[in-house]
Amino acid sequence: MSTITARGLTKTFRTKTGVVEAVKAIDLDVAAGEIVGLLGPNGAGKTTTLRMLTTVLAPTAGTATVAGADLLSDSREVRRRIGYVAQIGSAPSPGTRLAEELVAQARLQGMTKSAAAARLEVLLPKLDLGAITGRALSELSGGQRRRFDIALGLMHEPQIVFLDEPTTGLDPQSRANLWDHIRSLRDELGVTVVITTHYLDEADVLADRLLVMDHGVIVANDTSEALKARVSGDVITVELGADAARAESAIRTAVDVRSLTVEGNRVHVTVERGDIAVAPLLRAIDANGFALASINVARPTLDDVFLDLTGRSLREEDVA
Amino acid sequence: MPTETWVVFSRQMRQQIRNPVWLFFGITQPLLFLLLFGPLLEKVLGGSGRSYAILVPGLLLQLTIFSGGFAGFGIIQELREGVVERQRVTPARRLSLLMGRSLADVVTIAVQSVLLIVVAIPFGLHAELLGVLLALLLVMLLSLGLTSASYAMGLILKDEDSFAPFTQGITLPVMLLSGVLLPIDLGPAWLRHLSSVIPLKHTLDALRALFRGDYGDGDIVTGTAFTVAVAVLLTWWGSRQFQKSSA
Repeated sequence: MSTITARGLTKTFRTKTGVVEAVKAIDLDVAAGEIVGLLGPNGAGKTTTLRMLTTVLAPTAGTATVAGADLLSDSREVRRRIGYVAQIGSAPSPGTRLAEELVAQARLQGMTKSAAAARLEVLLPKLDLGAITGRALSELSGGQRRRFDIALGLMHEPQIVFLDEPTTGLDPQSRANLWDHIRSLRDELGVTVVITTHYLDEADVLADRLLVMDHGVIVANDTSEALKARVSGDVITVELGADAARAESAIRTAVDVRSLTVEGNRVHVTVERGDIAVAPLLRAIDANGFALASINVARPTLDDVFLDLTGRSLREEDVA
Repeated sequence: MPTETWVVFSRQMRQQIRNPVWLFFGITQPLLFLLLFGPLLEKVLGGSGRSYAILVPGLLLQLTIFSGGFAGFGIIQELREGVVERQRVTPARRLSLLMGRSLADVVTIAVQSVLLIVVAIPFGLHAELLGVLLALLLVMLLSLGLTSASYAMGLILKDEDSFAPFTQGITLPVMLLSGVLLPIDLGPAWLRHLSSVIPLKHTLDALRALFRGDYGDGDIVTGTAFTVAVAVLLTWWGSRQFQKSSA
């Protein structure tokens, strides 16, 4: 059952240089219990989409139902049922403390003091924050700050949580740690997760399904595996003991080859699914009596996918 | 709604109490005027009781305009921290989010005002207790309007670099034209005419009459009416903007 349904969701901004179409009539469905990743470079419209679905921005056009409530006519009910964790903000003001902030947030969500306190008991240990309830927010480490931000969005037990670039600026260890926490939100608390990211590894590891956005449009919608399979196929490199050209016809009979190049003792074979093709390929090499020196299957990365879909590499955007 | 307002209010108060530097942020200027300008005024106007009853209400208004006007600074920081946005993504009413903040500033300004009055007593301030209490009420009412509008302006301008000159550009002429340091009646006719269109000038006239204990003075009625009108108008505008800029 889908917990988010959006149709023709559009946002245009008026700027000094003219009208910018940040999100162009996108359709979107998210099933309950899914972890969906919105992937795309900066300016693709990921955050704008998220901000519309969380009632922060009013859409210019389109309709949506979020967690069973109408986004436009019943936005208060939407707010009651969702959690929203924005991109990391600037350093917190002095005088704010972890548990107090969480309770204040919960009470604005309509929880009683005692319900909020009970929720803290459950939530904080899950996010490894149980030991620092009295700490000033300004003294939290980057990872602690993000886990605190996530806790803020989860105090009122939302059905869906929206995370906007949750691991930006964290070191690799804290990122991996946060991924575990995000996965456990779904596995242990049954929360649906919508996450935006421009990190390929994050999208790959975390999301059940990816929506690739570019220039305000969803250009692809599938699992990470399917996207990779669909776009560019895998490359199997076989190294033989002798001139590889003689093995070409045997290889072509054994597997469905998209393209094949011979380079001395090596053959590069592009196939749709490397994991499926490798077994018949090996058998064919064996049956024809070639000596095998090595074999390597390279799966395409999401970067290849992005390159294929948009003609640009996401990595370059990261560097720029 | 009272609960939501209380949650926001107590959150702001906790922060202010833990950073008492904010208590002094608004009060240093009036205190300096009291200490370094008060003695001069005493010589010019003669009779210390009279001169401080003129100066202190002026300094109270200055404090209110300054502290109230610059309250919006705080929300710009909160915007950047993400506090405003995360509060907006709750079902809490936008008006509660604004009123909780404004009321916390009203309390701070009231505390600052009491502090200023207490410091002025050893200098020779003679004032009617009832009058002073009524004056404090007027000051608090005005603070509510000023802070509401200031928070709304903070949300509209979104950065300190435009907020500071904007607020300075409004508060300084308003303060001068209200006659915070010397009664504007001492000035030439054109200045008096100009100042009479500044509603806060009438607030100040009322404050001075209240300090004198001159309860029959018509200035009190006029000043109170102007203050209520300004406070209601600014609060209404502020909450409307607050609502608008948060969908």
